[in-house]
Amino acid sequence: MSGAAPAKPVVDLADGEWHRLHPASPLLRGGLVFIAIAGFVIANLRERVVEFFLVVFAPGQLDDGFGEWSDENDWGRDPIGGIVANNLVGWALLAVLLVVVLVIAGFWLSWRMHTFRVTPEAVEVRSGILFRSHRSARLDRIQGINITRPVFARLFGAAKLEVQVAGQSGNMQLAYLGSSLTDGLRRDILRLASGARAKSGPAPAVALPAVASGEAAAEPLPGAAPAAGLAAAPGAAPARIGSRAGAIVGQRVDEFLAPELDPELAPPESVVHIPVGRIVGSTLLGGAAFWMLVVAGVVVAGILTRQLWLLFSFVPAAIGLVSYLWSRITKSLRYSIAGTPDGVRVGYGLLSTANHTIPPGRVHAVEATQWIFWRPFGWWSVRINVAGQSVTNGSEAAQRTQVLPVGTAEDVQRVIALLLPEAAEGGPVAGQIGSGLTGRSGQDGDGFSATPKRGAWLHPFSWRRIGWAAADGIALLRRGSLVRRLVLVPLARMQSVALSAGPVRRGLGLAELRLHTVVGPVVPSLPVIEREAGEALFAHLADEAVERANEDRSQHWGRETADA
Amino acid sequence: MPEQTDHPEQPVQPAPPEQPVAPEQPEHRFTPDAEWRRVSPKYLVVEVIGSIITTAIIVAALLVAFSLWGLWWAPWAAGAVALVAIVAIAFEPRRVRSIGYRLREDDLLFRRGIMFQRQVAVPYGRMQLVDITRGPVARALGLADLKFVTAAAATAVTVPGIPEAEADRLRDELVALAESRRAGL
Repeated sequence: MSGAAPAKPVVDLADGEWHRLHPASPLLRGGLVFIAIAGFVIANLRERVVEFFLVVFAPGQLDDGFGEWSDENDWGRDPIGGIVANNLVGWALLAVLLVVVLVIAGFWLSWRMHTFRVTPEAVEVRSGILFRSHRSARLDRIQGINITRPVFARLFGAAKLEVQVAGQSGNMQLAYLGSSLTDGLRRDILRLASGARAKSGPAPAVALPAVASGEAAAEPLPGAAPAAGLAAAPGAAPARIGSRAGAIVGQRVDEFLAPELDPELAPPESVVHIPVGRIVGSTLLGGAAFWMLVVAGVVVAGILTRQLWLLFSFVPAAIGLVSYLWSRITKSLRYSIAGTPDGVRVGYGLLSTANHTIPPGRVHAVEATQWIFWRPFGWWSVRINVAGQSVTNGSEAAQRTQVLPVGTAEDVQRVIALLLPEAAEGGPVAGQIGSGLTGRSGQDGDGFSATPKRGAWLHPFSWRRIGWAAADGIALLRRGSLVRRLVLVPLARMQSVALSAGPVRRGLGLAELRLHTVVGPVVPSLPVIEREAGEALFAHLADEAVERANEDRSQHWGRETADA
Repeated sequence: MPEQTDHPEQPVQPAPPEQPVAPEQPEHRFTPDAEWRRVSPKYLVVEVIGSIITTAIIVAALLVAFSLWGLWWAPWAAGAVALVAIVAIAFEPRRVRSIGYRLREDDLLFRRGIMFQRQVAVPYGRMQLVDITRGPVARALGLADLKFVTAAAATAVTVPGIPEAEADRLRDELVALAESRRAGL
């Protein structure tokens, strides 16, 4: 077995060798539960412990019978009392020790057996003690890489890296890795996936600036910073830990305070900044605002009518709502988005931070949404469809598909230009985003199709908004009046297109057009279109989808540059 | 056995063409269809039997309810269901004839429905897999359903009522086409 990981500090995790995870990972993954159990037991024994000390240090202060370990009183009637009363203390301690040792050994063994490697073809993970599993994800199928740093893990300088592949449960987690090495590993995986195989080894890692070690890590060599990060791991020699404790603490603090996205990595003008006020305001004016009003109304009514049970029955709802709002706000704080050579990188989070990288050519649909309460402020949010990640409806997945929690129309332009390079500024698509966001038919020259007035039978409020435009291989669909939507679909990744008409639409000479993309929060559709125009658009989209898919080379985005 | 007899209606593509239109893939001799292909007329039997069975079950349940609990409206409901089913069966031949598919140069076109019309275009390069399923009645008639799966769940293209041998041939052809035009996800 080649499972023996090198003992020396590693700088480059993507060198094709087997590596182990961060030594603190068992603790971070499962050990916290163990600690919680211990805490629970101790908390339940608290009174017993206090009484015990009272007996020892202040004898005579308590009633008779206290401290007497016998079957006749309270002390002897619970498990611990029973153990003491029957003189089994030694055995009990031995059993506890055995369990602790077994658990620690199990954790240690599972850590030893959990290895991963990154080869030019795939990312592979081997794990399991009794039931070994070996998973491998082909690099050219990678849909994105997410790095999360929960608060506890950040204290240990660890991070979780998740490789996302298309498929229902295909994601591969590397939990946890040394925080400072993680960004380098992500970059190396993406470099290998990009098809740029000419360069290999740690050379490019040194050439690029160190990523997550924070700008204050004033190492002479950028490549030395990750090495320091690994030496900081608890597995290093105790003497060195003692001598370098100050440096390590300083580094942790720097890591904690460093911006989520290193500004050196991305052109600064492309970074969207969200003021705190806008985050709070948009959250309060979001969908939850309505429920907050309901809860507040019920509480007020409860106070006025002195029906206190009303108050109590709504306390859980209020707590849930507040915690939802709080998590939304903290997750949106320190939001950043930037284009890197290996894809768009979105980061967020105050205490627990996370960032995900979407390589080029992985975005299947983009949607900008604005609901009515946000309209006075001109706020929009942007969501995307990406293969493999939006399948589950979990809050984490929802967080990942939301690339811009709230932003102005200019921010939307910038974000879309990052996600779809075809929509970059100056192109025909960029010119149409503005009218797609707020325009309605009847305004000349906005490039969007007009909906005939009989569409009002089906969509009385929004029929003027419904329209489409296409340029540079991107279809733009706008609709919705209460909730304004603009959907952009790169035709190179459209799966299929459908035109349908029920009896009502046929009677009105209308049809409905849907573009099928991978599953996600965005559903690109044009609810109303004139029959003939629909036929023409259907034929046009079907042809252009094939054409664009044949031309598309973004799956291996680095290949041309490597060959050149 | 039956498959030889059941295509007369079907404009099967002109047997091995002299030179394919797509010269860049000489290994797959493939001619795009000029016309819509229809499903086998026998598929009508499958649909009719299916709707008769469903109707019979509903009617039987309603009549049982009537005889056990004396629900006065149950026989009327049963009559209404039977009437609707008869009308639907009367339109069945047209519905089956409305199902059509067409293998174009780069994509598969599928349409169906007379009241609710639907038309889908699936590029070959997007097909993730081609699935053949056979129901009990269809199997007795030597028919099969061909299902195309892409990365999008909404694509949902199932061509029913294709003779089994034809279905196998079509599947192989489509898999070959999908392979030669393979695009990413």
